[in-house]
Amino acid sequence: MSMATFRPILIAGGLVVALMIAGELVSPGFASPEQILRLSIVAALLGIVAAGQNLVILGGREGIDLSVGGVISLSALVAGNVMNGLDAGLLPAILACVAVGAIFGLLNGLGVTLLRIPPLVMTLGMLGVLQGLLVVARNGIPSGRAAPMLSDFVSQPQWLGLPGILWLWALIGLAMAGLLGRTVFGQRIFAIGANEPAARLAGVPTRLTRTMLYVLSGVFSAIAGLCILGYSGSSFANVGGQYMLSSIIAVVLGGTPLSGGRGGYTGTMIGALLLVVLQGLLTTLSIEESGRQIIFGSALIVLLLFYGRSSGMRV
Amino acid sequence: MTLPSLLRKMPPFMPVLIILICMFALNGLAEPNSLSPYALKGLISTYLALMFLSVGQTIVIFAADIDLSVGAILGLVNVTLVSMMQVLGGEPAGIFAAMAIALAVGAGCGLLNGILVVVLRLQAIVATFGTSVLFLGLALWIMPVAGTPAPRLFWRTFGGRIAGIPFAYFVLAGLLVLIVLLSRSRFVPRLLTVGDDQLAAYQTGLPVQSIRVRGYVACGIFAALAGFCITGDTASGDPNVGGLITLNSVAAAVLGGAALSGGVGTLFGSVLGSLVIGLVGSLVFFLGTPSEWQNLVQGLTVLAALMVGILFGGKARA
Repeated sequence: MSMATFRPILIAGGLVVALMIAGELVSPGFASPEQILRLSIVAALLGIVAAGQNLVILGGREGIDLSVGGVISLSALVAGNVMNGLDAGLLPAILACVAVGAIFGLLNGLGVTLLRIPPLVMTLGMLGVLQGLLVVARNGIPSGRAAPMLSDFVSQPQWLGLPGILWLWALIGLAMAGLLGRTVFGQRIFAIGANEPAARLAGVPTRLTRTMLYVLSGVFSAIAGLCILGYSGSSFANVGGQYMLSSIIAVVLGGTPLSGGRGGYTGTMIGALLLVVLQGLLTTLSIEESGRQIIFGSALIVLLLFYGRSSGMRV
Repeated sequence: MTLPSLLRKMPPFMPVLIILICMFALNGLAEPNSLSPYALKGLISTYLALMFLSVGQTIVIFAADIDLSVGAILGLVNVTLVSMMQVLGGEPAGIFAAMAIALAVGAGCGLLNGILVVVLRLQAIVATFGTSVLFLGLALWIMPVAGTPAPRLFWRTFGGRIAGIPFAYFVLAGLLVLIVLLSRSRFVPRLLTVGDDQLAAYQTGLPVQSIRVRGYVACGIFAALAGFCITGDTASGDPNVGGLITLNSVAAAVLGGAALSGGVGTLFGSVLGSLVIGLVGSLVFFLGTPSEWQNLVQGLTVLAALMVGILFGGKARA
C-alpha cells in the first residue's frame, strides 16, 4: 500500500478515535462497548452499500451509482415479503434480493456501456424508475417482516460476541482487498479507471468489466437492503434514501477520488465508520435538529478540506 | 446531406423540442382539456420553479461543474423570504426588501459553493452535498416547522392576472428575456469555453477560476428566483420544500441537451427540459393511469426521454 492511499486511512482512523474520545467526554457512555457495537452495525450497513459504490467509482469515466437507495428499498421490500417473518423463507429471500440487485445493476451497466449514457444520468433515471416501482409494489401499505434469524444476524452477538453482520463486513473487506489487489479483474478495474483507451488497447474487455461493476454495486446494495430489513424489523417507505449520498461521501473520505483509477476499500470502511460516529455524536448532543444539520454539513466540508481535494490543474 | 451531419448541425435543444411537441400532442390526445389556457397556466406556474432551477444548474454544468445544493438553496430562500416578509410587513416595500434579502442569500450560497469547489478544489458532487446539509440546517434554524403563510399580496399577485394575462406568463417572459441577455453576453460563451477545455481556456488568458465562481453565484441567484416562484405557488414557508427538485434540475438540463462533461448545451433547452418533465407528469395523470402506477410510468418515461435525448443529441454524449 503506497503512502498516497494510506494517508487518508490514517487521517480518517485518527478522526474516528478522536471523535470517540470527544463523545465519551461530552456524554459518558458514548464509547461504551455496547454503543461501539451499535455504531459498528450501522457503519457496516453503510459500508456494504459503499463497497459497490467504491467499485463503480474506481472504474472511472465519471462512474457513480445514484440508484443504490432505490435498490436498497426495493430489496428490503422484496425480502420482507418473501420471508414474511419466517426463518424458512430466508434463503429464497436472499436469492430474490440478489436477483433484484443484479438485474437493476445490469440495466445500469448496459445503459452506461452500450448506450454510453453518463452514469450520473443513467442511475438517476433508474432511481426514478425504482421509486415508482416501490409505490406499485407497496401499494401505499408497508408490508413484509424480517425473519428472526435475520434480525439476530444483524443485531445479536453471535460469534465471539460480535453479530454476524460485522463478520460479514469483515469478510467483504477481505474479499474486496483480495479482488482489487490480487485478481485480474481487480487490475482491470484500475486499468479502465485510470486510462480506458489504453486499457482497451491492452486487451481489457472494458465494457464487460464496467458492466460487472454496476452489477456488483446492485448486488451489494441488495445485500445491504436485506440487512437493513433485519436491523429495522420491517421495511418502511424509502428506507434506502439516505444511503445515496452518504455512500459516496464514505468512499471519498476513505481516499478514493471521484475521478476513479486509484484508492481502495479499506479506506472506505474507515470512511463509513467516520460518518456514522460523527452522526452518532451529533445525535447524542442535546441540540436541535437545525443545529445538528448545520454542524454535520460544516463538519463534512471541513473533512473534505482535509483530503477530499482534487489534485487537478491549479489555474 | 447525411443524417449524422444533419444531426450535428441542429441546435442542441432540437431533440428536446421534438420530445416536447410529442408530449403536448400526446397530452392533447389523452385529454383535450389539458391544452386549455387554464391547464397551461397551471402547468407553467407549477413548473416555473424547476425552469429557473434548471437554468441555474445548466450554468454550472456549462463549465463542467455541478450543484447538488440547488434544492437546499431554494428551501433556504423560501423560508428566508417568508420570514422576512413577516418581519417587514406584507406591504409592497416590505415584500421588495424581503425579496432583495432572499436574493442576496441565494447569491451568498452560490458564492460559498464556488469558493469550495473552485478555489479550495473540493470535488463538486460531494462539496455541494455538504453545503446542502448546511443550507437545510440553516433553513430549519430560521423556520423549524413548515407552514408560516406568505402575505396575501405576494401569492395573490403570483397566482393572479395583469391586464387579463396570468402573472406566471410575465415571469416566464422575464426568464426568457434573461436567457437571451445571458446567452448574448460574454458570460455564457466563456463558461462553455471553460467547460470544453479548462486548460486551453486558461492558456488563452481567460480568468478560469473567476468564471467558474461567477457561474456558481449565478446558479445561486437562479435558485433564489426559483424560491420566489415556489413561495408564490405554495403561499407558505417550508424548509424541506427543495427535497426532490435537485435531481429533476439535473435531469431537465440533460434533457435540454447539456452535457455533464461541460462545454455543450443551451439555457433555453433546459427550460424545455423542465416542461417535458412537467408534461410527463400530467400525461401520466390524464391517461388515467391508476394512481399507484403513476410514479413508475413517469420514472420510465423520464428515463426513456433522457436516453432519446442523449442518443440523438450528437455531441451531447459524455
